[in-house]
Amino acid sequence: MFKKFSPSTDIAGQTPPKSSVQRSIRAAVLQQWKIGPETLEEIWPKKETLIHVKCREHISIYTIQSVPLFFQHFDGPFYPTLRLLHQCKLISPETYSDNKPTLKQCIDADPFLLPKVGVDRGAIRFLLAGAPMMCPGLTSAGGYLPPPEEALPKGTVVAVHAEGKEHAVGVGITELGTEEMRRVNKDVAVEIVAHLGDDLWALQTL
Amino acid sequence: MSSSDQQEPQPVRPLQVIYCQICTFPPEYCEFGSSLTRCKEWLQGANSQLFDKYYSDEALQSKIGTLSLEAQAKLEKDTAKKEAKAEAKADAALKKKMASQVSIKRIERNKRKHVTAIHGLEAFDVDLKKASKFLAQKFATGASVTKNAQGLDEIVVQGDVSGDVLELIEGGAGPLKGVPADNVVIIEEKKKKTQE
Repeated sequence: MFKKFSPSTDIAGQTPPKSSVQRSIRAAVLQQWKIGPETLEEIWPKKETLIHVKCREHISIYTIQSVPLFFQHFDGPFYPTLRLLHQCKLISPETYSDNKPTLKQCIDADPFLLPKVGVDRGAIRFLLAGAPMMCPGLTSAGGYLPPPEEALPKGTVVAVHAEGKEHAVGVGITELGTEEMRRVNKDVAVEIVAHLGDDLWALQTL
Repeated sequence: MSSSDQQEPQPVRPLQVIYCQICTFPPEYCEFGSSLTRCKEWLQGANSQLFDKYYSDEALQSKIGTLSLEAQAKLEKDTAKKEAKAEAKADAALKKKMASQVSIKRIERNKRKHVTAIHGLEAFDVDLKKASKFLAQKFATGASVTKNAQGLDEIVVQGDVSGDVLELIEGGAGPLKGVPADNVVIIEEKKKKTQE
């Protein structure tokens, strides 16, 4: 979605939405993400007004103090930006001072915002180029999918993590249910919406 | 960043995440960027603890993880190639930047009146909008960013200020900083004579 994005040509306008709209956005975010009201308050204080940045192709980015926090396509779900995803981790990197965490540990230690999936090391390169994630990358030994009892349906917003890394590399939306991924083990599993190094990442402020 | 939530464990304060100053990725992803050597240098200087964590021998060993040796070798080769490519690209961009020209054009509007069009500033990372505002204030005239006939942005200042603009660029004033004065040319454009 943000593979090509330049603020000068792709932004149509910036407006603060009405406070009632802001309230409904807040409610929607609380409902869609695994986040408590207190935590949300920390990243989006009530006093700060949200700015709605309208972009081409029905993309809306929401910013606070001109820092993008989350975005939305049309009326779809809210996606957090990667920087926000990195900020909202329960366990800080310092805890892992001596041994490198396994992917599973990272994922268990990081229950915030979005459900997680993980890809193996070989897929990172492609992910950073903006490619969608294929099933084998998730089902292989280095990858991670939630256990069957927490299976995710199709169309879930997920944080994409990578083998041996503690930070998320991308935000995506599942194209198949996680159980289906295990069964089919072929073709696109997660469509990547934003990834490390895309044009949204390059924009620190809007 | 308040610390009011110490007593209850539930609300989580946003973390300050360390990002690489060179490639802006979290340092663990530098190896996938196009400037690994420089990133490594930076991290070693800035945060040696993290550097040891990511680039010590055992870390490198465990990183290979599930990948086969050949795949790893290929990956390394790719990274090196990518790095060289990015460097060459940056070099070329710099060269191009240094070769690009800024033109200050004095355009005759009628016999005694002129406007000054400044073109090519954006190649030197000048914010055109800010620069035009600055010039307008400096000369107490109107200045605007407009598209010229070729569809490129330029600053148009009312009045003949070409000499003064050149001086400002030489002095590196305000938003015009970083523009080498050698690349600036002054052009004069006379109105074509209409048929009499």
